[in-house]
Amino acid sequence: MHRSLNWRETILTAVIKTCGYSAIVFVILIFFFLLREGLPALAEVKLSDLLTTRWYPIENHFGILPLLTGSLIVTLGAMLIAIPFGIGTAVFLSEIAPRWMREILKPLVELLGGLPSVVLGFLGILLLSPFLRVFLDLPTGLTALAGALLLGAIAVPTTVSIAEDALDAVPKSYREGALALGATKWQTIWRVTLPAARSGVLTALMLGIGRTIGETMAVMMVTGNAPVMAVKITSIFSPVRTMTATIAAEMGEVANGSTHYHVLFFIGLVLFVISLAVNIAASSVVFKSKKRAERVLS
Amino acid sequence: MKRRYSVDRFLVQRLGVSLITLVAFLTVIPIIGVFGYIIAKGVPALSWEFLTAMPSNGMRAGGILPAIVGTFYLTLGTAIFSVPLGIAAAIYLAEYAKENGLTRLIRISIINLAGIPSVVYGLFGLGLFVLFLKFGTSILAASLTLSIMTLPVIISAAEEALRAVPQSFRTVSISLGGTRWQTIRKIVLPQALPGIITGVILGLERAAGETAPILFTGAAFFLPRLPGSPLDATMALPYHLFVISTQVPEMPIQIQYGTALVLILFVLGMNLVATVIRSRARAKRQW
Repeated sequence: MHRSLNWRETILTAVIKTCGYSAIVFVILIFFFLLREGLPALAEVKLSDLLTTRWYPIENHFGILPLLTGSLIVTLGAMLIAIPFGIGTAVFLSEIAPRWMREILKPLVELLGGLPSVVLGFLGILLLSPFLRVFLDLPTGLTALAGALLLGAIAVPTTVSIAEDALDAVPKSYREGALALGATKWQTIWRVTLPAARSGVLTALMLGIGRTIGETMAVMMVTGNAPVMAVKITSIFSPVRTMTATIAAEMGEVANGSTHYHVLFFIGLVLFVISLAVNIAASSVVFKSKKRAERVLS
Repeated sequence: MKRRYSVDRFLVQRLGVSLITLVAFLTVIPIIGVFGYIIAKGVPALSWEFLTAMPSNGMRAGGILPAIVGTFYLTLGTAIFSVPLGIAAAIYLAEYAKENGLTRLIRISIINLAGIPSVVYGLFGLGLFVLFLKFGTSILAASLTLSIMTLPVIISAAEEALRAVPQSFRTVSISLGGTRWQTIRKIVLPQALPGIITGVILGLERAAGETAPILFTGAAFFLPRLPGSPLDATMALPYHLFVISTQVPEMPIQIQYGTALVLILFVLGMNLVATVIRSRARAKRQW
């Protein structure tokens, strides 16, 4: 009896350990398959040709710069929305709103985060882009701006939720100290609470933005899908096409193993590397903030 | 002079607080609007036929049964793979792992898995499951792809739930002669279960609403029958909504809103269940 129990424990422990390592295995597997299918692109298309401004796969033009700038302008637009609205709402919920209101509004904002992006894209097509077309008098409402607004809506819930947690974690004594010294509520928020929660708020923003770079469906549905360079300020009012949307829209139609197929995987590889960089940066901020919190509290 | 300064200060305070309040309401009101609008527009489309009939006339009439069933199968398949693996990984991190370089590497991998764009998961699933392992475009390949995407959510939530169980529970069990596994199985897991279930549901909720990872791994454009085996492709609610709102000309608007509403109800229904489990467990907690 005792012996069989030991056996079972040993096997179970081994299984659990193996599962524990699975996350590492999957990241390596994903990287490996992206390399395996994406690197041949560099043999078939010269790197100097990939870095051109014309994306027209039917005639073997694989310039990915328009897609890069498309992703960039939409993400920048989303940041401009997510920063004020995400942090503003988090500050309101944590510092200004009465408790009952926070208990209602925070889950509501998080509900938006649970909304499938395809539903946002659907509303973008039916409501947002016709509105933009009429309101801004554009030839089409399917523009980078529509994509940026939807991505902002996707980034805001993540940002609000994490930033509110960070603000909430600032010890009450900090605020009481500031108020006791005669600071107004606004001065307390601006000079004490926000700086104290700085690293958590920064992480919230980075994770919110991280979601927008990889977002596919909503962007594909509302940005008009025109692979043109987006380098001017006014590009925000014209159709663009992002890297994610290009993969999603074209992968279904290419022949497996063709140059086009390999280039799409190469774009996936670029996206993978970007998300890796953003996440490692965000997690190192978290590590730093933890150390700082431990120092302050001990 | 002093007096003027303090007047300015309170003016700034009032302006600042009003601005923040305005921003918050500008954020919240559109959210309420979005949900209200879809419900108002979608409810008239809902009928018994819409939920239980096959699509007909090029999806412009009839129901959306295959998409509902397909999303159900995909969610179920995702759960079969990701739940045991995710919980085991969480047990390892919470109960076995020492704080060393390897554990940090695991944590960084989990964070990175959570950040990889969903369409890249689609590429990976196409490369590994559909082509390399020759599963074809199938429920199996799509479920496996979705389950790897869901894994980081489940691991993080389950680990947090396990860590929330007080250390004294473990100490008592070990001191009574329980082995490590017995302690985990009989003491820690049951206490952490509500938290784990909540995390699992929130992870699966995301999987159910995703389109990009199933685009090239298992989603069918139009398939007016129910899938018969895990190796069949399937229609799915999110992909169906994408198809009927962008790819099919002259699509009746009512069917589009109806499909969006069913998808939201599917996803938010799961969210509601998770919230209820969490709040009931909190009320019953013994520590």
